[in-house]
Amino acid sequence: MRSKQLSALPGFGLTLGYTLFYLGVIVLLPLAALVAQAAGLGLGGIWAVATEERVLAALRTSFGLAFAAALVDSLFGLVIAWVLTRYQFPGRRLLDAAVDLPFALPTAVAGISLATLYAPTGWIGGILAEFGIQVAFTPAGIFVALVFVALPFTVRTVQPLIAEIDRGVEEVSATLGANRWQTIRRVLIPMLTPALLTGFALAFARSVSEYGSVIFIAGNLPYVSEIAPVLIVIKLEEFNYPGATAIAVIMLAIAFVVLFTINVIQAWSRRRLGHA
Amino acid sequence: MPEHIRPGGQARTPVTTETAAVRTGLIALALVFLALFLVLPVIVVFVEALGKGVSFYLATFTDPDARAAIRLTLIVAAIAVPLNMIFGIAASWAIAKFEFQGKSLLITLIDLPFSISPVVSGLIYVLLFGAQGYFGPWLKGHGIEVIFALPGIVLATIFVTFPFVARELIPLMQEQGNTDEEAALTLGAGGLRTFLTVTLPNIRWGLLYGVLLCNARAMGEFGAVSVVSGHIRGLTNTMPLHVEILYNEYNFAAAFAMASLLTLLAVITLVAKTLLEMHYGEALARAPRV
Repeated sequence: MRSKQLSALPGFGLTLGYTLFYLGVIVLLPLAALVAQAAGLGLGGIWAVATEERVLAALRTSFGLAFAAALVDSLFGLVIAWVLTRYQFPGRRLLDAAVDLPFALPTAVAGISLATLYAPTGWIGGILAEFGIQVAFTPAGIFVALVFVALPFTVRTVQPLIAEIDRGVEEVSATLGANRWQTIRRVLIPMLTPALLTGFALAFARSVSEYGSVIFIAGNLPYVSEIAPVLIVIKLEEFNYPGATAIAVIMLAIAFVVLFTINVIQAWSRRRLGHA
Repeated sequence: MPEHIRPGGQARTPVTTETAAVRTGLIALALVFLALFLVLPVIVVFVEALGKGVSFYLATFTDPDARAAIRLTLIVAAIAVPLNMIFGIAASWAIAKFEFQGKSLLITLIDLPFSISPVVSGLIYVLLFGAQGYFGPWLKGHGIEVIFALPGIVLATIFVTFPFVARELIPLMQEQGNTDEEAALTLGAGGLRTFLTVTLPNIRWGLLYGVLLCNARAMGEFGAVSVVSGHIRGLTNTMPLHVEILYNEYNFAAAFAMASLLTLLAVITLVAKTLLEMHYGEALARAPRV
């Protein structure tokens, strides 16, 4: 790689060289080990692991609950981003800062805290228990943890777009006879759709890969509340490297397909609605 | 926003916002959701940590294993954060100040660790350096321990925090352009002096911002470190791993005491981040950060 546009600044070779070296050692070499291990297994070997009953159940749990959590976060993320951007109320700045909490709070802390909160003896779990609902140590607990960790992705993706909306567009819509609900549905939501999809994709990707916050609240019952990353850890503890690799590769492949699909929908909605 | 007041004194809702009832409802919905999902978990940490009294709380930190965990977390962050900081500065200099082929591919590769599951981030190092990994037998023959030891924990931590500084600095330095540095060079400054006296002051708040987030994640990482650490008490347990061990032993008050330190770190990080955005927003990258 050579600097095409001649820059007067020094240090290109040194900084790019170091960047490539560090990237290679820390990121590319270990990922190459994953690829090599997967290649050694072959498609047949990966398929054999993928179709194990317990693996199938874990993949269903992981992807199904990640999808549900990303959906709920998209909805509430839109409401929260809207409220934070458009409305003035006391404590708004504080709330805005609090949205990033799941980014900053270590996942293990979130995990034990949510497990305590939603356990049948906990503050929220106790109330739910009176209605016969159990959250902790069931798939519902996994869902709660995923909603927690993925929330900032949806809020922070939609928020800047809401701030950029030209109020004039809404005024035009109103002068053309649309009531507020029609303006929201026909004008605002289509403008925000690409960002909503991006937020959903990011939240989904984060939820699928989440481990720390889930394991404490999930109960980790095989076939019931066991997520795919837990199975990777179990296989590793048995020194079953091929099994762990196979699950990792399957997760990466499914996540890639989902994200690719969302990208296609996003491109389509941009073209169709004509928004950048 | 101010509402238009009719002569009669009755408030009329402007066309570009919702009715007062809808607004109140949405604000209430957002508040309840954030309270239930974000604020309560933080309160629970401190209530549980202090549940057995302040003296018990403080006593948990005199436990040798707890101290070893705190020390290990500090050591790991002290190695991982500066290394990623140096990398972030080097990468952003090369990417922001020069044009070359394959630049967008390079940026994608730098962001890659963010899209990989923490557990897989640990797994890839086990595949390389584990007992049955590619370099495992060689390392064993030379008496070098990587997995279930400090080097593995540091490597996994570097991996998961890899992009933080770079992805804050790259857009920032791209926005700032090359003119300041070119002026310094014209005036006779050398490359290093130009960087230290011109570039570094320009990027200092962005750099601090990236380092803060990098450090928070480095000290709090659980999944990746959990896979490579081996959970040896007093030796390879970081603070988050020690939280897990205490919790699984039903020693809840001690687990939450250790968790309260990590929660404090998270809250301090958020406050510092918010202050930086409020006071030095101009000196941070405008690109959205997720």
